[in-house]
Amino acid sequence: MSRTAQLKSTAAVLEPRTLNEALEMRARAPDAMPLAGGTDVMVSLEAGVIDPPRFLNLWRLDALRKIEDTPAGGVRIGALCTYTSLGRSDLVLRHASVLIEAARTVGATQIQNRGTLGGNIVNASPAGDTLPVLLALDAVFELSSAERGARLVAAADFFLGYRQTALLPDELLIAIHLPARNADDHTHYRKVGTRLAQAISKVVLGARLRVVDGQVVEARIAWGSVGPVPMRSPSVEAALLGVPIDVDAEAKVAQDIRPIDDIRSTADYRQRVAENVLRSFLRSVVQTRS
Amino acid sequence: MIGEGLVRADGQAKVTGRAVYVDDVRPEGCLYAATVRSPFAHARITGIRLDPDFDFSDVTVVTAADIPGENVVALMTDDQPALADKVVRHVMEPVALVAAPTREKALAAVSHILVDYEPLPALFDPERSRGHEPSLFGSDNVYSHITLVHGDPDGAFASAEGNADVRIIEGTYRVGLQEQLYIEPQGMIATHRVDAEGAPGLTLFGSMQCPFYVVKALSRVLGHKRFNVVQAVTGGGFGGKEEYPSLVAIHAALLALKSGKSVKLIYRRDEDLRATTKRHPCRLRYRTVVEVRTGRLLAFDGHMLFDGGAYNTLSPVVNSRGVIHAVGPYRCENVRSEALMVATNTPPNGAFRGFGAPQVQFAAERHLDRIARELGLDPLDVRRVNLYRDGDLTPTGQTLKDIGAKIVLEAALERAQRPLPPGNGSGRPGGGGQAARLAAGRGLALAWHGCGFTGNGEANLQGKADLALEGRDLRVYTSSTDIGQGTETIFPQIVAAALGIGVGRVSVAPPDTDLVPDSGPTVASRTAMVVGGVVLKAAQALRAALASEVGFDGDFDAMLDARTSDAVLRVREQYADDGTLVWDPKTYRGDAYPTFGWSCVIVDLEVDLDTGEVLYRRLVQATDVGRALNPVLASGQLEGGALQALGYATSEEVVLDERGCMRNDRLTNYIIPTALDAPEMETVLIEIPFAGGPFGAKGIGEIPHDVPHAAVAQAIERATGAVLDRLPMMPERVMAALERRR
Amino acid sequence: MILRFQVNATDVELDVLPMARLLDVLREDLRLTGSKEGCGEGECGACTVLIDGRAVNSCLVPVFQVAGAKVETVEGLASGLHGHERLHPVQAAFLEHGAAQCGICTPGFLVAAAELLAHTPHPTRLEVREALAGNLCRCTGYQKIVDAVANALGRQGS
Ligand SMILES: Cc1cc2nc3c(=O)[nH]c(=O)nc-3n(C[C@H](O)[C@H](O)[C@H](O)COP(=O)(O)OP(=O)(O)OC[C@H]3O[C@@H](n4cnc5c(N)ncnc54)[C@H](O)[C@@H]3O)c2cc1C
Ligand code: FES
Ligand code: FES
Repeated sequence: MSRTAQLKSTAAVLEPRTLNEALEMRARAPDAMPLAGGTDVMVSLEAGVIDPPRFLNLWRLDALRKIEDTPAGGVRIGALCTYTSLGRSDLVLRHASVLIEAARTVGATQIQNRGTLGGNIVNASPAGDTLPVLLALDAVFELSSAERGARLVAAADFFLGYRQTALLPDELLIAIHLPARNADDHTHYRKVGTRLAQAISKVVLGARLRVVDGQVVEARIAWGSVGPVPMRSPSVEAALLGVPIDVDAEAKVAQDIRPIDDIRSTADYRQRVAENVLRSFLRSVVQTRS
Repeated sequence: MIGEGLVRADGQAKVTGRAVYVDDVRPEGCLYAATVRSPFAHARITGIRLDPDFDFSDVTVVTAADIPGENVVALMTDDQPALADKVVRHVMEPVALVAAPTREKALAAVSHILVDYEPLPALFDPERSRGHEPSLFGSDNVYSHITLVHGDPDGAFASAEGNADVRIIEGTYRVGLQEQLYIEPQGMIATHRVDAEGAPGLTLFGSMQCPFYVVKALSRVLGHKRFNVVQAVTGGGFGGKEEYPSLVAIHAALLALKSGKSVKLIYRRDEDLRATTKRHPCRLRYRTVVEVRTGRLLAFDGHMLFDGGAYNTLSPVVNSRGVIHAVGPYRCENVRSEALMVATNTPPNGAFRGFGAPQVQFAAERHLDRIARELGLDPLDVRRVNLYRDGDLTPTGQTLKDIGAKIVLEAALERAQRPLPPGNGSGRPGGGGQAARLAAGRGLALAWHGCGFTGNGEANLQGKADLALEGRDLRVYTSSTDIGQGTETIFPQIVAAALGIGVGRVSVAPPDTDLVPDSGPTVASRTAMVVGGVVLKAAQALRAALASEVGFDGDFDAMLDARTSDAVLRVREQYADDGTLVWDPKTYRGDAYPTFGWSCVIVDLEVDLDTGEVLYRRLVQATDVGRALNPVLASGQLEGGALQALGYATSEEVVLDERGCMRNDRLTNYIIPTALDAPEMETVLIEIPFAGGPFGAKGIGEIPHDVPHAAVAQAIERATGAVLDRLPMMPERVMAALERRR
Repeated sequence: MILRFQVNATDVELDVLPMARLLDVLREDLRLTGSKEGCGEGECGACTVLIDGRAVNSCLVPVFQVAGAKVETVEGLASGLHGHERLHPVQAAFLEHGAAQCGICTPGFLVAAAELLAHTPHPTRLEVREALAGNLCRCTGYQKIVDAVANALGRQGS
């Protein structure tokens, strides 16, 4: 690791004043790296792992800071919303309190004041804490380019491989759409790190179960830090669907995840913990219903 | 005044951002330095060349060849070079230095110094060090080997065979590498000066605990003493700035001499983590003979193997403290305690708060828990039956008096009866709320800690302090540094109390080796107790001198009023023991320390059964401080030390790669506790005065780090049944232990 | 680039590299050395400053992003002149409770605490711990820091 890159970063910055300007610059200068709160970018720059010739500053685009109702009854969150602003939004609280729970665990205050939801998504770290929650909530990402305008991509289709996403080189992430919340949804967020703040996750669980008349009618189980991408858990979801809650569904976790040994933990631990936190969540759903 | 929680003298500067740390200073025209380090654990250096394609015109380069005096970092032995010459013995070892007008240029230059290495076989396993190849130190790779025998351990073990009333209980315990993790990295500035006699020289200004260590080391490298050393406000040390700054100072000085300019050398965090000393890892094998009915210790046989790393540093001192403290605060009449400190090709381990005591007392406490488990006894009862009582002999044969062991135990138990404070622990965000499965438990551990240097250390050192009457105010001159623990506040309290004047009239001179005498290093919990004692003597001497000047001894201000001269009156005192301490460093028999501190720690925690995470709720400690000169500063020391020990317990571990280089060299993966991880702490100060300390004070800097980690292990065991005998008890290891239990 | 912003209620205009770290510009160009560097990667919080009232790590902010913004550092917490200054309540509380030991972390804690107290004058101890979890301290065990912040504005936190 060397500080050289950062200290002499002579990179230029492009300063769009409007979203349209930003999209045009993005199209014309695909080598300009978008910069939101910078909490991932600056660390990579400091570590010398990136050295782009210029940056495209998004921080001033207040249009991307809105949080608003959608006609479909859900909520649309601008990509530039910080974790702190999510936590202060009644709309988000109403539609996706579990996302606020996740936001509260990202880094700590200083990171939450600066880091953005859009940055977490595009950075696409397998350990990105909001990502399993977004998968569990069936979030849809609004991507836009100057040439083709906006398009919608489901979270489940966005994360393609290790730090690879469906975002095209001329696109920016504009907003995150969350569908309306069902009254019978049980949502859950569990982050496992080595300390209670400023922790990079070893396992993250984002979950949503819709239970009607004792039967699971919709199951979303999503994981972070247990594979190269944040991922849904199809075998577990299938095992849960259409039956009363089966607290032994955790036995299927191993089929879905691909944990590794790294500096932060072991594959073994991650798998065991994933099973355990899922089992406890399922139990708690059973308990709250009885 | 003594016993008052006076606001720290340097407080205003620290809360307003005005306090000047080394990195806050930028001398005119100074160069920025960087260090060329070895990528190999063990290799021969066959050449050092400058990349011809790089512009070195404004870069100063220093190698071992530029050293005017001896190429050594003088400390206990002279084995460590200031710059590796023919051989490197650990990864990150300094090989060359560069300085350039900008930091960027200096860092760039580092990668254009081309060093040719011929790798040699490296040694990483301390179990395979002694007497093995490669040869790293002395004839057998042993830095220190101490065996202490008390009573007749062999006889006790022999007669245990076939005796149904006693049992032999054995256990093995391990502790890992811990990093001091001062928040301010190492740093030093060398500037040129002309001294009082008009001779050119240097000033070294930086972050450090021991200015005279730097003087000693630097004078050997330069071959002269035409320099002074000044401590900057120092952002934490914990032992990590005891011996290491000597190396940083040598490097800055060499670059300043060669370039003719001022040089600033500040370590980057990752560099600091990888290159600097750590707490010695240790493997401990304990065998004991115990009484089956009570768990009473009848004989103890302990073997400790410490990994010293590639150079000796202060490792023998760690070994020594380890041997003496190995049994914990418990009586045992037949003891063999043997400690071996060996060399490996990892970066040298060195001073760290506790000096061996945190390692061995973890084992001692875990071993008592094992005894309780195997005999079906209550761990608390086993402690009560073994705890030292007045008149008991320690393993070195020292007779203990005024023992605080039982008092701290009862005080901690009493305090811990109060209801748990609300708040942290399971209230964590992202913790799964209702779904989490938590098991609560409480653990208790006891510690003793010898105050000050071992044996004749203080008598040999003769630490000095000056006190000067300057006008109507007083100024204390010592080389004791304030690294956060509050020396600048406590010394004035001592002087003011002794002279009966307001504390505002006493100031402390900055630790500048031109101005202050050598008071000995700021280590071993000795500053308040030992140097503070010398300061007190100085105050008494000053009063006597003043009395003889004015012809009467009375009210201090009245004496001042009677003075006819306004000349500065300066007195010097030095440490002298009363001759009652007898210590034989060859046999390790006698009075190991002038006195001991005592502490009992109780930890309440929860274990998350799904994840093995440990959540701290409360930590109660009752500690015998002799006399709390300043209770706010004293409890602050104890709380900080205890949290460092909780980090040692469950999250902190330096992980080395196959070259012996720290892999987790960032604050994101060497994990120290945050405010959310820390428990609510309750600190009970017990005062059993020590006649040899100022107003009865004892050293307290280290004891808080001695056993909280052991209390955690016991609490985890009581909460879950999981037995952990290895530090750190990372969630991964707790999970594995939870599974073993089934 | 020429950059204008406010530091501690004073307008500044500087010629900077846009991607320079705010921390370096404060320390090196403006000689405001109260903000410290403990890690350079957002972990320790020693470099915490307020930007438009929000606590952020100045080691992670490229300086061009503060154009037109109000930056406050530890040097701006107290009012009045050096020697006769009026400390911010949280500075006074740090002194009273002994919350600063070596002091290297102190500026960052004070700034983060100032943000907390600006919108939560009487935080609970758990709120204090959560708000300050982005600041590492190795000396105090946090106990006295939590004491100081919870009580800075004069009421016992629960
Ligand atoms: C100390 C520390 C602790 C952290 N802790 C956590 C944690 O606990 N959990 C966690 O998940 N993360 C954590 N992070 C990572 C980081 O803070 C988050 O990922 C954050 O959400 C990134 O947002 P940002 O606005 O700062 O992104 P930036 O750094 O500005 O950008 C990140 C990436 O996204 C791109 N980008 C950003 N916005 C857009 C957009 N709208 N359109 C297209 N591309 C875009 C950028 O080009 C860049 O590649 C931590 C970081 C630090 C330094
Ligand atoms: S220096 Fe900025 S967070 Fe550590
Ligand atoms: S006071 Fe030293 S790090 Fe906090």
